[in-house]
Formats: sequence, structure tokens, C-alpha cells
Amino acid sequence: MREVMTKSMARNIFYGGSLFFILIFLALSAHSHWYIVNSENSAKLDESVVRGKHVWEKHACINCHTIMGEGAYFAPEVANVMTRWGVLDDPESAFESLKGWMEAQPTGIPGRRQMPQFNLSDEEIRDLANFLIWTDNIDAQDWPPNEAG
Amino acid sequence: MKYESQKIAYAYFAVAMALFAIQVIGGLLAGLIYVFPNFLSELLPFNIVRMLHTNSLIVWLILGFFGAAYFLIPEEAEREIHSPKLAYLQLIILVVGTLGVVVTYVFNLFEGNWLLGKEGREFLEQPKWVKAGIVVAALIFLYNVSMTVLKGKKTAITNILLLGLWGLALLFLFAFYNPGNLSLDKQYWWYVVHLWVEGVWELIMASILAYLMLKLTGVDREVVEKWLYVIVAAALFSGILGTGHHYYWIGTPAYWQWIGSIFSSLEVIPFFAMMAFAFVMVWKGRRDHPNKAALLWSLGCATLAFFGAGVWGFLHTLHGVNYYTHGTQITAAHGHLAFYGAYVCLNLAIFSYAMPILKNRDPYNQVLNMGSFWLMTSGMVFMTFVLTFGGTVQTHMQRVVGDYFMDVQDQIAIFYWMRLGSGIVVVLGALLFIYSIWVPRKEVVEPGPIERDRLESDPDHVAAES
Repeated sequence: MREVMTKSMARNIFYGGSLFFILIFLALSAHSHWYIVNSENSAKLDESVVRGKHVWEKHACINCHTIMGEGAYFAPEVANVMTRWGVLDDPESAFESLKGWMEAQPTGIPGRRQMPQFNLSDEEIRDLANFLIWTDNIDAQDWPPNEAG
Repeated sequence: MKYESQKIAYAYFAVAMALFAIQVIGGLLAGLIYVFPNFLSELLPFNIVRMLHTNSLIVWLILGFFGAAYFLIPEEAEREIHSPKLAYLQLIILVVGTLGVVVTYVFNLFEGNWLLGKEGREFLEQPKWVKAGIVVAALIFLYNVSMTVLKGKKTAITNILLLGLWGLALLFLFAFYNPGNLSLDKQYWWYVVHLWVEGVWELIMASILAYLMLKLTGVDREVVEKWLYVIVAAALFSGILGTGHHYYWIGTPAYWQWIGSIFSSLEVIPFFAMMAFAFVMVWKGRRDHPNKAALLWSLGCATLAFFGAGVWGFLHTLHGVNYYTHGTQITAAHGHLAFYGAYVCLNLAIFSYAMPILKNRDPYNQVLNMGSFWLMTSGMVFMTFVLTFGGTVQTHMQRVVGDYFMDVQDQIAIFYWMRLGSGIVVVLGALLFIYSIWVPRKEVVEPGPIERDRLESDPDHVAAES
């Protein structure tokens, strides 16, 4: 390799090339940011959804569930749970279904994975349901492949 | 040990190994919960156990990087660390933060509090005050090592190491940006997560590996450093745009499917280059260093990183494949072997190399240490295989056939049992490693006549530097 390239050539290629790729990445990132904030779904992002996201975060839900495929693989995907429950277009039923689910935990059934009891208020459950509905409506290039998530 | 301030590394490595023990025990607990789902379910739910497992991993790896930097920078820069006091202050901040994190998670304190409560993004769950502490500690560190290098000799190894560590600290700042829009949140979350492990951490890895090769094989610095630049160039050229493989299904534009597929496929190249580099350096070696354990970990690191990060990464990185495998046990399989190969083995290599020097003794317990390599490695490889098989079945049943998640999980229980078994082997290996490093005794296996003769008469068969 000594003949083909000197150390300083290798160094210059590294610095110059990295800068080049960083610039491309930043430009594409800026476009993606613009694309996301101008999407149809982002226009529907209201305070309840943001509060719901905080409920999701403060209980570390992502360390059992995945959301859009990211998180732990211990519990079901939640980005399409509202579709799975058939309540995507009906926030009131979504709230009722989620409330029923959250209040039944933990089931204590032997041999079944247990979800903790988080003692959420109705307000929090409503926000969480709105967050999950909003997330379900993100245009994620048709992912997941089916209702099972 | 040529410089007094290299001793700082000792304290960092000690804390790192303690957290390593916590990490693998956390992993073992999580593996147990998979097969006994009612175990601890009310006392310490799975999500808490997993946070301990992943967070302690990240913290001990970073502590190992810091320790490695404090160990190798004085030798490279040919001067003492700027301020050992600041280095210890930095460690104290990190230890307090770590203890704060453990207490906050386990006892579920201050839930929802903006400053004291845990934050809920994967791997970035630390409360804000701990995140702020991490930034302060990182600033102290960067000031300290940058001053040392600026006043001393500048080598490619320190350049790349510092670049990696500066990148690590700057990218962490995105941990403070948590927009309410989940797609945006994810876009910038990956700035920390992907650009760490598939970006700047590779710079740290390559530079530490280069340092180890320089010391263990005695190959010319010119040759090592040229390789180093080529490797890190390949790492960043592929890894930066390779971020696109996380932007397939989060609400970002579709062009990422092509950019991500192409560039993340190229991420195999730097890992292959690191493996080739390590073996070529040993082949061209001019020195027969007695610390065979450090050499085994170094070669093991390069090889397992190639398979874990390179091959297992490629396995599910093309968007057509990832559409089905995304977020299944395939991801878990890749995550385990990639972290083990690239960053765990790297840290254990530098611990194995540096600890005898820091303790001012010959590298004892080489056989035990190498035994721990094979135990841990076979455990991790077996775990990767069973998770890959489990993930393949899961992908088919859940993503192709459309069976529900929990039904599928019940079907693949056998793989979780085997994962638990391999996890026990990993924990035993990790404990054996810690024992072999900390408990000095005579070598458990007597060297044979050839090795004995070399130790006595060959001046190139150097003993651990004192």
C-alpha cells in the first residue's frame, strides 16, 4: 500500500471525504425535517398528542413495546394498535378500549407476559390514545406489512 | 507505565468492570423474564430491567473509552495528562450520575418530573440532571485530553481518537432535543444512536485497535497510521449516509430507502478492513509480546465486529428485507453481536493490555483470561444464532402470515430458553474475566519449554512494560 498511497494522502481523503458526506447528509436531513413538518399528519399534531407522547415516555413504555419498529421486542408493536383494535377513526372508542386495557393490567395470568399497572388518569389515557391514533396515521411507507404489527 | 498520569485509567477501568457485571446480570434477568414472565413482574418490571441492561452497557463502554484515552494519550503525546485532578472529578460526576440513574429507575422516583424523572426515549432514559452531568463530564474530559495533545506530540492515533470523542460529546447534545412530533423525534434520536455506534464510535474503536496493534505487534507506526486513516475514511463515508437505514419507516421521505440500502451495505467495508488490518499487522509483526490475552481480544474484536456489525447488519439492512424484519428478534440478534464484537471486546482488549501495566506486574492469568474470551464469545455467538433463528420464524409468522405478536412469541419460546442458556455462559465468562484481571496469582498453566525459553532469552519477547 506504501506505493499506492502515502499517509498524508490517506489523511486528506479522510477529512475531505468526510466533510463531503457530512454536507450531503445535512442537506438531506434538512429536507426530511421540512418534509415531516409539512406533512398532512403533522398539521393535526395538537397538544393532546404531545401530552400523550409524554405519557408514553415517562412510563418507559418503549422498553417493552416497539413503536414504528423501534424499542424493545418484549411486547407488541403500538404504532398500529389502533388499526388492530379497529378504532382508528373513532377517538371515543379508542379511549374506551385503551382505558379497559390499561385498567386490566397486570393480568397476573401465569405464563403470560405482564404489563405493569401505571395508574393513569382518564385525561392521560385520552392523551395517550390520541398520540397512538396520530402515530398510526403517520405515512410510514406502508410499514408494518400487516395488522399484526 | 511510562507516565504517572496513566494511572487515571485504573479507576475508570475499575468502575467500567463493575458496571459490566451489572449489565450482564441485568441481561440475565431480562432473559429469565422472557421464559418466566411472572418473575419479578411487580417488583422490577421488564422495562426497568432492560433500561438497566442497556444503560449500564453504554455507560461502561464510554467509561472504558475514557479510561483508554487517559491510558494511551500520555504515551502518544509523550507528556502527562494536563490535569489528573480534573480527570478524577470527571469520574466522580459520572459515578454520581450513574448511581442516580440506577436509583431513579429501580425505585421509579420523580416520575414525569422534567428535571429529576427518567426520560422515556430508548437508551436516552437518563433524567435531565444526569444528562447535564454527562455533558459537564464530557467537557471536562475534552478540555483535559485536548490540552494534553495540543501541548504534546500529535499522532494519527490521538487525532482520530479525539475526533471520535469530540463527535461523541457533540452528538450527545441531540439527546436534549425531544420534539413532540414522533417522526422528528426519531430523526434526531438517530443522530445520537446511529452516528455514535456506526459513526464516531468506530473512530474510537479503530484508533484504540491501532494503538493495540502498534504495541502488541511492533509494526511501523507509518504503516499502522495509514491503515487507520483508510479504515476511518471507509467508516464515515459509509456510516454517515448509512443513517438512512433507520429512516425507512418513520415518516421520512422514500429516498432514504435507496440511500440507506446502498450506504449501509457499504458499512461492511470498514469492519472488514479492521479485521484484515488486525491480522495483517500480526502477520507482519516484529515483536512477540507476552500478553497473548490482549492479542486474542484484539483479533476477536476485529473478527466479531465484522460478523456482528458487518454481516449481521447487512443481513437486514436492505429496505426490501427490513420491511419484514424491522423490530423483530433479528434486530436483537444483530444488536447483541455487534455491541459485543465491536465495543465490548475492544474494551476488554484494552483492559487486558493495560491492567498488568497499571498494576505493575506481568500479565498473569492469561489462560483464565483467554478462557473467558472463549466462554463469552461462544455464549454470544450461540445467542446470536438462536435469536436469528427465532427472529426468522417470527418474521415469517408475524410479518408474512400475519399471526399476532403474542401467539408468535409463544411459538418461539424454545429459542428464548436457548438464549437464557447462552446468557448464563456469557455471565460466567464475564465474571471469569473480571476475576482474571483483578485477582493476581501465578499463571494457572505452566509455560512449556518453548515459551519459557523465549521469555528468558528472546529480547523481542518483551515483558509487560513497567
